[in-house]
Amino acid sequence: MRTRTRGVDPIPWWLKLTAVAVGLYFILPTLFVIPMSFSSASTFQFPPRGFSLRLYENFFTNPAWLDALGNSVIVAVLAASLATLVGTTAALGLHNLRGRLARYVRTLLMISMVTPAIVIAVAIYISFLQWQLVGTFPGYVLAHAAIGVPFVLVSVTSALGGFDPKLLRASSSLGATPLRTFLTVTMPLIRRGIVTGAVFAFVTSFDEVVIALFLRAPTLETLPVKMYNSVTVEIDPTIAASSSVVVTAVTSICLVLQFVGSRKKTAGS
Amino acid sequence: MPTSGTQIRLTGVTKDYGLAVPAVDDVSLTIEPGEFMTLLGPSGSGKTTTLNLIAGFETLTSGTIEFNSADVSSLPPHKRNLGMLFQNYALFPHMTVAQNVAYPLRERKLPKAEIARKVAEVLELVQLTGRDGHHPSQLSGGQQQRVALARAIVFDPNALLLDEPLGALDRNLRGALQAEIHRIHQEVGTTFVFVTHDQEEAMNLSDRIALFNNGRIEQVGTPEALYQRPETLFTARFLGDSNVFEPSKTADGTIVWENCVWATEPGTVSDLTKAGTRAALVVRPEDVHIAADGDVAPTGANAVAATIRDIEYMGAYRTAVLSLGQSGTVGRARLGALESGLTVGQSVTAWWHVGRQRLVAV
Amino acid sequence: MPGLARRRTPSPQWLLLLPALALLTVILLVPLGRSFSQSFGDTGWTLEHYKTLFTDGVTLTVLLRTAMTAAIVTVIALLLGYPYAYLMTRAGPRLRGIMMVVVLVPFWTSVMARNFAWIIILQRNGPVDSFFQLFGLNVVLYESVAGVTVAMSQVLLPFMVLPLFSALSGIDRKLLLAARGLGSHPVVAFWRIYWPLSRGGVVSGLILVFTLSLGFYVTPALVGSPQQSLVAQLLGQRTTQLLDFEGASALGMLVLIVTLVLVAWANRIGGTISAIGVAASAPTKGRP
Repeated sequence: MRTRTRGVDPIPWWLKLTAVAVGLYFILPTLFVIPMSFSSASTFQFPPRGFSLRLYENFFTNPAWLDALGNSVIVAVLAASLATLVGTTAALGLHNLRGRLARYVRTLLMISMVTPAIVIAVAIYISFLQWQLVGTFPGYVLAHAAIGVPFVLVSVTSALGGFDPKLLRASSSLGATPLRTFLTVTMPLIRRGIVTGAVFAFVTSFDEVVIALFLRAPTLETLPVKMYNSVTVEIDPTIAASSSVVVTAVTSICLVLQFVGSRKKTAGS
Repeated sequence: MPTSGTQIRLTGVTKDYGLAVPAVDDVSLTIEPGEFMTLLGPSGSGKTTTLNLIAGFETLTSGTIEFNSADVSSLPPHKRNLGMLFQNYALFPHMTVAQNVAYPLRERKLPKAEIARKVAEVLELVQLTGRDGHHPSQLSGGQQQRVALARAIVFDPNALLLDEPLGALDRNLRGALQAEIHRIHQEVGTTFVFVTHDQEEAMNLSDRIALFNNGRIEQVGTPEALYQRPETLFTARFLGDSNVFEPSKTADGTIVWENCVWATEPGTVSDLTKAGTRAALVVRPEDVHIAADGDVAPTGANAVAATIRDIEYMGAYRTAVLSLGQSGTVGRARLGALESGLTVGQSVTAWWHVGRQRLVAV
Repeated sequence: MPGLARRRTPSPQWLLLLPALALLTVILLVPLGRSFSQSFGDTGWTLEHYKTLFTDGVTLTVLLRTAMTAAIVTVIALLLGYPYAYLMTRAGPRLRGIMMVVVLVPFWTSVMARNFAWIIILQRNGPVDSFFQLFGLNVVLYESVAGVTVAMSQVLLPFMVLPLFSALSGIDRKLLLAARGLGSHPVVAFWRIYWPLSRGGVVSGLILVFTLSLGFYVTPALVGSPQQSLVAQLLGQRTTQLLDFEGASALGMLVLIVTLVLVAWANRIGGTISAIGVAASAPTKGRP
């Protein structure tokens, strides 16, 4: 009975209304791209005229769009792998480290999260020009891996947070070598954190546009850059189909992650 | 300027959330000026909801609430002029002790000098002089609750409402704060309405207790009256231990339980046990005596055959756990100094004086 | 004992940090460091490039416009985010989970898809324009700072809601009842008790949103107007079109320093980096 507080402390209706409006502001705009993607017009006009799959057809058959998509996938996979590798090792290294130096290192590793992307992009562009990395796969991969590291670090660190160090002692007291302990005890327990971090690093790279705009070459550009051009230069409504595909893909990845995570949780308990 | 206390009268007070049973169901209760009234009951019995209704945090479904015969049913909480003490203190963490205590006075726009004077006065009353500059987080739990008490009484409220204020404290501190609350009630003479589920606390502090069950008041009375003369089985069981017999027949002056025929006396029958209602006979363990080794119950006493199941050592005294009658109903008797030679498994006679039993409504 | 054991074996743990440190040093720190030194001139040492920022007549205007836009975005985010975060603290666990997912939608939808959506919505004869035409008004937000503000506010709202939510859920609601019992009107109780207690979350949300708005590039470039560019566009233009690396470096360093100072300030108030961390991992952990 005591948890029943609606009489004690009612929520005014106008507050609920505001929250609903804010909620719509969060989600509605993105939904506009979906009807657009079925338009048969060759402009950005809304509401879309007619219904056709022409834009999807173009997206999946036009080599320019397909190449951009392929480049993005390759870059994102490689960047996410690199970020996951170095991010996970760093999280393991920082786990249990205390003191000022450890704190500085953690801040340093996180710094790309708070540095404006444009500042990073400009700095990287100027240096990469000299190192001849602009417009190359290694250039994209290294830059995207660097900004993916914080995501891996955060999610692996939080997985390690729930990790009982006594388990390690238990394992070594049972005669396991440190490597074997890592593979059989630590790894399974933090796997979910690693997978989460890897997915975030992938999505971050796949969606990254500011740095990519500076690193692009006519011969090598990623999907977000292609989309950017389709708005600024080409006025190509294929971007609507591309947007819908990307939104659906990213949402599915997040949902799968969520689903796998919660299923594991229920199976474990 | 000491207040002489406010009378609080609830008439037909009901709070219905639209569930199967109303949270508070047709409660009528008059709390006299300066009285220490405890609303006692298990959780979910409606006591806290009743307190929230008095405070104005909940709105009435029906009924009226009056302060000194003035209807306050539709007044918002901030206009009812009530002090409130919460279980988790509810001190404002961003204010000092003095600012917390001064809060209700500032709301009432008192002059600065008077605020300072009153704050100093009340801090002295709760023995926290010199702590005015501290923040709540720098104080112990007991001290925090005393600040909350000071804040709740500093503005001479119509009444002080206490919502399980001792629940969060450890056992020793509870005792000390009980004494403190008792002393302050004596000194300020304001009406206190105290909510608790702890019968001991209620017995120690209250002038009167209103015992709540399922949204209704089961019985109102002094602690002694509730303990000695329960009207219902619920009251008898909630306050203290009882041996309970459910008689097969109650007629004028006699009760039949299994093969025993017992007498009743006027004054030991609850007003609620009218003809036709189900009734139970209750006897407190301290009123049950044991006759063993050929002794018999005194004539005129009610008696029943019993077997000793166990003897529990309680420190100051011992208790015999009994199986009573043919059915082996579990009962208890507190053993006196003379009843010392009993052994487990022994067949005895349990008896009590007719005047110590109580026939109550079920 | 465990403390001693830990202290005795630090070296292998530090080795684990090397790959990450190497990657971030080469890819981020060295370019930023070079940019820093370039901002003082390629040869010799001069403050000329910084001086130019304030004297060329363009940069200062753009900086002020950027700060102004960021301030408006921040205020909008607070006005919309506070009631939302408040309601999140009042909702049941299920609804709160849903509300959390909704907050993170702009955070995790593709940057380009989102900006494209705003172009559609704000363009001439788009939904917003058509709506206002019903009232005989001509409201074209596309290619204006106002449109940029509307689009940016949506993207940055999560950064207001998340720190606010964590601050507000730490406030004991009994305090409001207590204040009302002590004689406060509900509005006064909110103002004297709830608001001061939520101030930490408010300040860190404000700083976070303001800081992030300063560096926005894609939204102003796509939704805004070239005549009313913001600092990020200016920075991009100086680099790729004018190839004025030294001037661009100086401007970049200015933005970076302002950002870092603000972030450090917010961090002292209430763990901003960790708030972003929560946001980053929220789609899987956000459900309470």
